[in-house]
Amino acid sequence: MIKRSFFTSKLLPYFLILPQFLVTATFFYWPALQGLVQSVMRSDPFGQHSTFIWLDNFIALFTDPLYLKSIGTTLFFSASVAAVSISIGLFIATMANRALKARALVRTMLVWPYAVAPAISGILWLFLLHPSYGVVAIAIKRWLGLDWNPVLDGKDALFMVIMASSWKQISYNFVFFIAGMQAIPGSLIEAAAMDGASPFRRFWKITLPLLSPTLFFVTVMNIIYSFFETFGVIHMMTQGGPGGATNILVYKVYQDGFIGLDLGSSAAQSIVLMTLIIVITVLQFKYVERKVQYAG
Amino acid sequence: MVEKTPILDTLTYILLMLGIVVVGFPIIYSIIAATLPIEAVSKVPMPLIPGDQFWVNIQTAWEKGNLGTNLVNSFIMAAGITFGKIVVSMLGAFSIVYFDYRLRTVAFITVFCTLMLPVEVRILPTYEMAANLLGPLQSIWDLLHLNGLVSWFAGHEIEVTLEWGLLDSYPGLILPLVASATCTFLFRQFFLTIPEELCEAAKMDGASPMVFFRKILFPLSKTNIAALIVIEFVYGWNQYLWPLLITTNPKMLTAVIGLQNLIPAADDLPYWNVALAGTLIVMLPPVLVVLLMQRWFVKGLVDPEK
Repeated sequence: MIKRSFFTSKLLPYFLILPQFLVTATFFYWPALQGLVQSVMRSDPFGQHSTFIWLDNFIALFTDPLYLKSIGTTLFFSASVAAVSISIGLFIATMANRALKARALVRTMLVWPYAVAPAISGILWLFLLHPSYGVVAIAIKRWLGLDWNPVLDGKDALFMVIMASSWKQISYNFVFFIAGMQAIPGSLIEAAAMDGASPFRRFWKITLPLLSPTLFFVTVMNIIYSFFETFGVIHMMTQGGPGGATNILVYKVYQDGFIGLDLGSSAAQSIVLMTLIIVITVLQFKYVERKVQYAG
Repeated sequence: MVEKTPILDTLTYILLMLGIVVVGFPIIYSIIAATLPIEAVSKVPMPLIPGDQFWVNIQTAWEKGNLGTNLVNSFIMAAGITFGKIVVSMLGAFSIVYFDYRLRTVAFITVFCTLMLPVEVRILPTYEMAANLLGPLQSIWDLLHLNGLVSWFAGHEIEVTLEWGLLDSYPGLILPLVASATCTFLFRQFFLTIPEELCEAAKMDGASPMVFFRKILFPLSKTNIAALIVIEFVYGWNQYLWPLLITTNPKMLTAVIGLQNLIPAADDLPYWNVALAGTLIVMLPPVLVVLLMQRWFVKGLVDPEK
């Protein structure tokens, strides 16, 4: 759908797009190009000399057990964050959608964690899960009888960052699910109820299938969130430790590039991440187009 | 609701209450902790009755975490990103949707290639760019061996270095985060839903493009702008990685990053009451914005094209 009615002006349109073009060229295209160049170069830490080394940086990356481990950690981490925050968000939205009278109030009480920075979520949960003072940590120790030490135990640390990252995302998912559920015609649900379908059956057979475009979109957004925006959570809570147990890809780019000053490897890692997110975006656009088709 | 089943209804409300409590628990607990003295907060388990040390803790956090300066910095960054993104993207979308020019498709593609690629995936080169905005010019300069030319011209050895850095500055905090096409895309989608007749009528009445923009497009976009203000303000305020890289001067720290100085280290006294008091202050502005502008925010987040 492209507009047919246009203004005619020689210079104005260029002038209007100029600010966008300038910031994009300066802070997007040039850095991306630099990244591409650096990813096929080996430089000394001071950036004085660099030699062209073909794809050696990438080969080194994918044969590095630490990087492979980081990929595994990232996949597990984002799958868990998406699963936890989507299922809780969906559950609360289903309940809220039934409670017609209190829906606005419920939304107000659930929407605000959206505004909490991932890093701040990290601080809150660092306190709740603190091995000596944290109330949730005490509950884990006393009621579940588990040993809890996220400072030393990698699994505990990973669990901790998953909790902090998922908590913040519940409200984002909730907002989308409740909007999606409100868009489902009430007559469909009523017809099913009249045919004797139980609430659970109606959820599985009507609500969930009709919600699937929202569910897909939310899943993609959750994956992007857990890949990139959770940097703040990791940096506040564990700094990638202990022993690399919470070192997700975006944190490793930062560590290898800024702390380790390994420019080539960091650039290659950035390229890998960029490719990954481009693939996700393209997939999403394809799917969104399909959704538009069945709506019309 | 379809059936009238009191049991199911009650269950719904109970589960809903439980959900709200679980989601709200970290905050409720932190608020209580922020009112307690250090002896109480380090007791196991911590008492759940609020104490009377709230203002004391807030004051300590304010001084220890240098919150005054940091909050101002965060506010400037968030407001700058919000304002910059909305202005840049609205003008850009106006150009792409309402004008026909030779490079229109090229402009469209160059802008939208950046969609959804967050700053996190290109941190190092973007950092280098911010460290010296004239870096690209310098590369061209070096490539053309212009130093030699200048030296020859002047008759003695001259080394020309072009430098204009944005580290530890507000533009450095703001500009790289403005470089994203998400808002432009949303405005484009919205402009495409505006009836074509409006533009026709404006043209017939002899309105210039900018008059059309000011008198028609801008008022129609108010809801979208309100929604984007909330979303971008929250986004800007909560930035972490970029400010962490680009600021080294303590006077330029943002509030979220500054909180790290308040978290008690392993061998410190566990001043969690102070740390959480500071955390509550820092999270308050975006939470207030979301709560007060909830209607626009939800609409803008879920349904940005209308």
